[in-house]
Amino acid sequence: MITQPGFLAEDFPPSVETFDFKSLIPSLEGTFWGPAFTKLTLLIWIAVAVVIVFFLATYRNPTLVPTKKQWLAESVYGIVRNNIAGEIIGVKDGIRFAPYLATLFVFVFVTNLWSIVPLAQISPNSHLAFPVVLAVMSWLIYIALGIRKHGLFGYLKHACIQPGVPWWVQPILIPIEFISNLILRPITLSVRLFANMFAGHMILLVFTLGGVALWTNGALLLKPAAIGSWVFAIVMTLFEFFILSLQAYVFTLLTATYFQSSISEEH
Amino acid sequence: MNIAAEGHGYNVLGVPIAEVIVGLIAFGVLLFVLTKYVFPRMESMFQQRVEAIEGGLVKAEKAQAEAAALLSQYKAQLAEARTEAARIRDEARADAEGIRADVLAKAKEESDRIIAAGRDQLAGERASIVRELRTEMGALAVSLAGKIVGESLEDEARRRGTVERAMAELETAGAR
Repeated sequence: MITQPGFLAEDFPPSVETFDFKSLIPSLEGTFWGPAFTKLTLLIWIAVAVVIVFFLATYRNPTLVPTKKQWLAESVYGIVRNNIAGEIIGVKDGIRFAPYLATLFVFVFVTNLWSIVPLAQISPNSHLAFPVVLAVMSWLIYIALGIRKHGLFGYLKHACIQPGVPWWVQPILIPIEFISNLILRPITLSVRLFANMFAGHMILLVFTLGGVALWTNGALLLKPAAIGSWVFAIVMTLFEFFILSLQAYVFTLLTATYFQSSISEEH
Repeated sequence: MNIAAEGHGYNVLGVPIAEVIVGLIAFGVLLFVLTKYVFPRMESMFQQRVEAIEGGLVKAEKAQAEAAALLSQYKAQLAEARTEAARIRDEARADAEGIRADVLAKAKEESDRIIAAGRDQLAGERASIVRELRTEMGALAVSLAGKIVGESLEDEARRRGTVERAMAELETAGAR
C-alpha cells in the first residue's frame, strides 16, 4: 500500500512508505525516469532556482559598503570561505575550494530547509540518492586531489600508512585506514545527512499524525494530549531547524577536512 | 545499490539512478552559476575592500609622516630662533657694556679736562692777582708809610731797606 503522506488518522503510525513519492507525471510512474519527476526533485529545482535568484539579485550591483541583502549573500560565502576553507585547508590552498564548499553548503542547507517549510515539509535529502551524489562528488575530488599531489602510490601510502606506529601494528592498521579513509568516507558522509533528515521527518510525522490520531479518537480526555502533541511538533520543528543547519555545516566541514587530508604534506 | 521502489515495499536505502541524475544536474547548475557569476565577484569585492582599507592606512601613514616631518622642522626652527635670540641678547648686552664703558671713559676724560681747565684758570687768576697785589702793595705801603711817618724820610738808604723788607714779607706771605 503506497500512499502520499497526509493528515489522516489511518496514516499513524507513519511508515517508511511515506517516503515513497509518486511521480508527478503519472505516465512515468514505475519507469526508470519516474523518480526524476517527483515532489522531491521539484523541491530540488525550486531550491536551486531560489538560491540562484537570491545570489544573482543581491549581487547584481555590489557596492564597497554592502547593503543588508548583499551583506547576507557575502556572509554565506564569506563564512564558508574563511571559517571552513580558510581555517581547515589553509588560506593559501583553501580559498580555491571555497566556491565548491560554499555551493555544497548552500545546496545542502536549502534542500534541508524544505523539511520545515510549510506545505513542502520534506527534505529531498531524506532520499539517500541526493546525499550520495554530493558525498561521491566530494569523495572523487579528494581522491583526485591526493593523487595529483602525491601520485597514485604516494597517495595510497599517505592515506593508509600512519607514521610513527610500531611495525607490527601496521598489518592491522593499514586495512583499517584504507577502508575508513578511502571507502567508508562517502558512505558515512551521505548516510549521516540522509539519516538525520529521514529521522527528522519521521519525528515530525509522529507528533503531527499522532496528534491527529489522538484528536479523532473521540475520547474527550485525549484532546488535550493531541494539542500537546502538536505543540511538541512545533518544538521539534525548531529543533529540526537546528539539526538541518548543523548537518549542512558538518557536511561542508567534513568535505573540507577530507580535502585538507589529501593535500597535506604530513599525515 | 540501485534498487528502486519495486512492487510493494519501499527500499529506504534505494538510490534510483534518475534521482542521482537530477541531483547531479541540479547541483551542477548551482555550482556553475554561483562559481561563474557570483563568487568571483564576491572575491573581487573582498579584494577591493582590502585595498580600500589598506589604501586608507597608507594614506594615514603618509599624513602622519608628513605631520611628524613638519613638527620636527618647526622644532628645529624654534630651536634656531631661540639660539638666535640668545645670540642677539648676548650681543646687545656686550654692546651695552661697550657703550657704557665708552661713555664712562668719555665722561671721565671730560671731567678731567674740565678739572684741568678749572685748575689752570685758577692758577692764572691767582698769578694775576698776585701780580696786581705786588704792584699795588708797594704804592700802598709807601703811601701808608708816608702818612704814618708824616715827613719825608731823611735817609734814602733807610727808606729803601724798609720797602724791600716789606716786599719780601709780602712775597713770603703770598707764596704761602
